[in-house]
Amino acid sequence: MAEAFKSLLEVKDLNAWYGESHILHGVDFEVNDGEVVTLLGRNGAGKTTTLKSVMGMVERREGSIRFKGSETTKLTSNRIAGFGLAICPEERGIFSSLNVEENLLLPPEVAPGGLSLERIYELFPNLKERLKSQGTKLSGGEQQMLAIGRILRTGAKMLLLDEPTEGLAPVIVQQIGRTLTKLKAEGFTILLVEQNFRFAATVADRHYVMENGRVVDMIPNTQLEASMGKLHEYLGV
Amino acid sequence: MTEIFGVPTQALFGQLLIGLINGSFYALLSLGLAVIFGLLNIINFTHGAQYMMGAFVAYLLGSKLGLGYWWSLLLVPPIVGATGMLIERLMLSKLYKLDHLYGLLLTFGLALIIQGLFRNEFGTSGLPFSMPAELSGGRNLGFMFLPNYRGWVIVASLVICLGTWFVIEKTKLGSYLRAATENPALVQAFGINVPRMITLTYGFGVALAALAGVMAAPIYQVSPQMGADLIIVVFAVVVIGGMGSILGSILTGFGLGIVEGLTKVFYPEASNTVIFVIMAIVLAAKPAGLFGTQK
Ligand SMILES: Nc1ncnc2c1ncn2[C@@H]1O[C@H](COP(=O)(O)OP(=O)(O)OP(=O)(O)O)[C@@H](O)[C@H]1O
Ligand SMILES: [Mg+2]
Repeated sequence: MAEAFKSLLEVKDLNAWYGESHILHGVDFEVNDGEVVTLLGRNGAGKTTTLKSVMGMVERREGSIRFKGSETTKLTSNRIAGFGLAICPEERGIFSSLNVEENLLLPPEVAPGGLSLERIYELFPNLKERLKSQGTKLSGGEQQMLAIGRILRTGAKMLLLDEPTEGLAPVIVQQIGRTLTKLKAEGFTILLVEQNFRFAATVADRHYVMENGRVVDMIPNTQLEASMGKLHEYLGV
Repeated sequence: MTEIFGVPTQALFGQLLIGLINGSFYALLSLGLAVIFGLLNIINFTHGAQYMMGAFVAYLLGSKLGLGYWWSLLLVPPIVGATGMLIERLMLSKLYKLDHLYGLLLTFGLALIIQGLFRNEFGTSGLPFSMPAELSGGRNLGFMFLPNYRGWVIVASLVICLGTWFVIEKTKLGSYLRAATENPALVQAFGINVPRMITLTYGFGVALAALAGVMAAPIYQVSPQMGADLIIVVFAVVVIGGMGSILGSILTGFGLGIVEGLTKVFYPEASNTVIFVIMAIVLAAKPAGLFGTQK
């Protein structure tokens, strides 16, 4: 399994379906070890579907998804998790029948080297005070911290984050931004879905733009300023 | 001091005891149904047949292999639970993406087939099953005489029900189960083998039914019909308690057993229907059941 591979995650000609609807029509992109990469695009472009396909959560998918050189397209999501990928879903996925602590401890360890609980409480001090509260009683921002915090424990080194700043107050968005920067410094690789490209610009190395189930452009963060006109057109903002 | 509301205390406590015994079986069976419904979203109509299988396998272990009650208590739940897991793997697992109704129809059909097979083999008349020698006899509690075996059934089922509740609500294993009940796709994406968990959960629910069957064998006779009669009442219990609620199914099971017993004392004519009357009232007032939450 440890043969040489170019990028950590390599997606080629990915097609995906929900039932009969064909949603992804040949998505191509790659993420290198230690990078923070975003998927930008309008509502319905297929960003969430791409993230879920990488995690193995979309039943019908074709093409090639390689993680550390291993083909994962045909594997079930629990096997894919074992490679060290973890997802923070768009709807956050906090369990209402579990308290905060149970939510935090739910994802099993998949590899050594995850963050300790102390470290997670350091990143998200709010969580520590609410351990016995019902998970869904937390504020939106706290739920987002919980959803991110719980996948940091598992030893997964590649995080798939689906719009972690959606609907949150600016201070919380900043806190999440700082956290992502720290995580990157600790060697995490992050694939981030964002609508808010101003936020994306503060944390990411590269941006892929999606349109109608395809990746239509790649913009390095250094060229983001120069590409503003193009980007506004893509995103319709 | 020997009468309460004009009823002799002996009769009152006697019926209360019968109510508690029935309630023990209602609780064990509705608990299994609740656990299965929670995770599989299937209303397991085979439950009564699996309870009956528990009693029959205990009977067969005794008559063919000479194994006694305690061995049966130990061996029957895993044996019948394993047949449940086979059913889940081969049949139920194909239905999860379809409407509830398909699971209900399949498990109902299976119940008819299983009961038919046992009727063919063993006839319709009940087979006797003797209680373990250790639990024969009884004790005088002062206000009433308590047969030891019946006391054992009540205590054992209470312990099993509360133990199950504890595991589901208070342990790590239980947190997986609760989480998978809410969002199986996400739990699986965290690395947990949810399909295997579903199989084991169904096996566990079936094993609970089989255990109830073993415990029932010395009290009621062992007959192919024994589960079909009971399960109708148990479904009413489940509806009253709230589909899928663990604690609700336990409390409602015992509670309704007692209510039924008391009805026998104070208004015997209604004792067979009281549970269904309560069901109608609860459905009208709180459609999700006393402890249920609307899904
Ligand atoms: N479960 C589903 N069943 C059927 N179609 C779906 C499902 N989920 C998403 N779709 C459709 O797939 C397309 C892509 O959706 P997706 O959620 O991937 O978009 P997105 O880029 O994440 O959008 P947003 O920015 O709104 O989150 C949309 O047209 C959507 O309607
Ligand atoms: Mg989305």
